[in-house]
Amino acid sequence: MAILTERDRTAVKTELAKLAGPVKLVVFTTALGASEYTLETERLVREVAECADQVTVEILNLHIDRERAEAYGVDRVPAIVVEGARDYGIRFFGIPMGYEFTNLIDSMIVASSGTPSLAAETLERLAGLKERVHIQVFATPT
Amino acid sequence: MRLAHHLAVASEWIRGDCVEANEFPDLAQRYMVMAVPKTVVNDRVSFEGAVPEAQFVDAVLRAVNGAGGAG
Repeated sequence: MAILTERDRTAVKTELAKLAGPVKLVVFTTALGASEYTLETERLVREVAECADQVTVEILNLHIDRERAEAYGVDRVPAIVVEGARDYGIRFFGIPMGYEFTNLIDSMIVASSGTPSLAAETLERLAGLKERVHIQVFATPT
Repeated sequence: MRLAHHLAVASEWIRGDCVEANEFPDLAQRYMVMAVPKTVVNDRVSFEGAVPEAQFVDAVLRAVNGAGGAG
């Protein structure tokens, strides 16, 4: 059974019409002992990709594709990397449902253009950054 | 969450993770997630709730400038 309803698909298609370029969703999963969340994340991502031609999906196995996992800094599943022209550092750990689904779609749109919607002042303040910053935002699906 | 991803696109030094707290109780416990959204920057600076963009950037810069601490 599909995760997205017909109504969801229509909304996603409308949003993804804003994509400015190709987007790749790299999903890390496990073959053995995959949780329901992991299986559903893979299904959800495939359903989203069906909504726009510019979206491609790559499914990787955390335990087999170890070098890729390390390169992406992924150490748990389910994980989604949202890539545009390059890997901007956009990650989702856990299934992005509810409000996080909106963020998944939004992150695809910003990755497709490489142009963030931020204040000019923010960009100025970040320009001097020369150290790695790891932001983790904890959320729940509700 | 949206801000973290937009900041990641803005700077090659920034990575933004959205973590589903219920699925990763070990992380939720490690970072003492009592309410969501909770944002943790470089394991040093954290805050709860949605904050304005300028305040979010303050937290990011505080995490790299060594001040640390909550808030």
